[in-house]
Amino acid sequence: MADIHLDPDVLSGLQDVMEGEYPKLLDTFLDDSQKRIEALRKARDDAKALGRIAHSFKGSSGNLGAVRLAQLCQRLETESVKPSSDLGELVDQIDHEFALVRPLYESERQRFSF
Amino acid sequence: MSALAPVLEALTILIAEDSAADRLLLSTIIRRQGHQVLTASNGVEAVEIFAHERPQLVLMDALMPVMDGFEAARQIKQLAGEALVPVIFLTSLRESEALAQCLDAGGDDFLPKPYNPLILAAKINAMDRLRRLQATVLQQRDLIARHHEHLLHEQRAAKAVFDKVAHSGCINAAPNIRYLQSPYALFNGDLLLAAYTPSGDMHVLLGDFTGHGLPAAIGAMPLAEVFYGMTAKGYGLTQTLREMNAKLKRILPVDMFCCATLLCLSAQRRAVEVWNGGMPEGYVHEVATGRRTPLISRHLPLGVLSAEAFDDSTEVWPMALGDRVFLLSDGVLDTADANDQLFGAARLQQVFAANREPDRLFEDIEQALAAFRGQARDDVSMVEITLLSAPPLRVAEPMYADSGQSSPLDWSVSFEFRAQTLKNYNPLPYLLQLLLEVHGLREQGGALYSVMAELYSNALEHGVLGLDSALKRDAQGFAQYYRQRNERLAHLNSGYVRVHVQVSPTDQGGTMTLRVEDSGSGFDIEKELARPVDADRLSGRGLSLVRQLSSAVGWSDGGRSVCVEFCWEALA
Repeated sequence: MADIHLDPDVLSGLQDVMEGEYPKLLDTFLDDSQKRIEALRKARDDAKALGRIAHSFKGSSGNLGAVRLAQLCQRLETESVKPSSDLGELVDQIDHEFALVRPLYESERQRFSF
Repeated sequence: MSALAPVLEALTILIAEDSAADRLLLSTIIRRQGHQVLTASNGVEAVEIFAHERPQLVLMDALMPVMDGFEAARQIKQLAGEALVPVIFLTSLRESEALAQCLDAGGDDFLPKPYNPLILAAKINAMDRLRRLQATVLQQRDLIARHHEHLLHEQRAAKAVFDKVAHSGCINAAPNIRYLQSPYALFNGDLLLAAYTPSGDMHVLLGDFTGHGLPAAIGAMPLAEVFYGMTAKGYGLTQTLREMNAKLKRILPVDMFCCATLLCLSAQRRAVEVWNGGMPEGYVHEVATGRRTPLISRHLPLGVLSAEAFDDSTEVWPMALGDRVFLLSDGVLDTADANDQLFGAARLQQVFAANREPDRLFEDIEQALAAFRGQARDDVSMVEITLLSAPPLRVAEPMYADSGQSSPLDWSVSFEFRAQTLKNYNPLPYLLQLLLEVHGLREQGGALYSVMAELYSNALEHGVLGLDSALKRDAQGFAQYYRQRNERLAHLNSGYVRVHVQVSPTDQGGTMTLRVEDSGSGFDIEKELARPVDADRLSGRGLSLVRQLSSAVGWSDGGRSVCVEFCWEALA
């Protein structure tokens, strides 16, 4: 599967739907995602908590077109219920992926700054 | 957004979603579709907002902190009660077990993430249609319930009015009547009436109108009025039947009529007179021998035939004190079991045969019906009347409250009733009404009527028709006597009964002399009066009754003329 970090079709669809609220949606997503990244780091050793956070994060990143991020969250959610799997590695990958898409959303947000 | 289906009506929609970005996205989509939005970020908030704002539809994330969507959905469904509040689960859950959990919690549909605005709008519209359908169903159910309640209320009111009319008789007061009727049997067309005649005989009617509900009950009202009115005035069965038939024929639609059995039980004559038009056979139960004589339907129901075609002929059966008459409605015989087999007369006969305690007959029949069918029907009517010695003649209630000044005290009148009249006219009610104009006689109305009835029937049956009362010594002769009576009356073309009334004032009050003459051959007065009074004899009772009830009695003209006297003291 090709690694798509950010699906431009989803973003243009969201812009149609949200109209004036589009920048606010981007802000909310970035803010919300930052909190979830921190929560994931804190919960490194709590598989159950990781699974729950990953499930929720998967939903919003999927809605916002962060395709690879959503896939990683899906994997974490799936792995979290399996015994003796190395979840720390996945948390690091999610952390890394968010660091990668974050500037892309910020630059999208810049187009509407006034 | 132009591709979205038009919104029928703006709804208030609750979004419960813990992700702020998803919440914002969904709220915006839904608001753009024309709906009002409420938001909650966990299950507890969702339930609280639902309780206060009563949104019409809920979009619910499955996994949320504090309280998850499953529990919140369960609580919201409970709060919603009978109304349909659709809950659409927002989920990226893939496992079928988790999806089934959403449905178990009361979810009505799913919306997968990422959201597609077109599918979301279509789902909201579909759920709104369901919601409206449910609301319509509830509204119509409530409407039906209200109509039903209204109908019951009307029936209760009608029953209350009817009970006033129906229970003006002695059905509940008489010690010798037992009956069993379902409380709303009236609305199944069953009717049970009983009343005393002025001479202390008892008239009983068990009727069964065709049809159900109010129409059947409405027909019962005039029937009851005629029954009570004419019984109280002293009319016999035949006149009462004619009047009831004519009245029902006039007021009822063609397809409505009333099957009925009418009885006159006379302790004084030790007999029951019966007319049965279309009812199941009742029975006269001779307690001494255990024999049951069926009271067979010989006529069409009331309200069918014109007055000219109506047959008012009755049958008379002897009864000893303690004998019983049993009547029933077709609900008893027509009780059907699970295979549509009818209970029928043969099974009823078995119950009779097995019955050891006469007082437990109803219970035995009910038990047999219940065992046969598994449950009781609500249109079963039964009545049993025991012949007891005549109750004391009742003192007639004064009908007027004046001082007595208008009471006629010095007059006389004579009648001659000839063959054509004797055949089918009973002058006694008219004579009684006339005599009750004399206030002093009102208190003795019952005795007066009994004496008049006895003298009149002696003059007619033994005098004009020449019937031999000795025939009535046994049950067989009894039936023969009444057959002969009907035959001779039908062919009568000469003869008369004369009635002379003389009312005179006295110092203390007044006297009324009543003389009855007939055209017959008379009888041996000395011999008749010398006969001992035999309580169990079916004949000859009349004369002792007359002697007992009137102040003075005397025969003349070889037994063809009898004269009685009634006296009264001035009213206080």
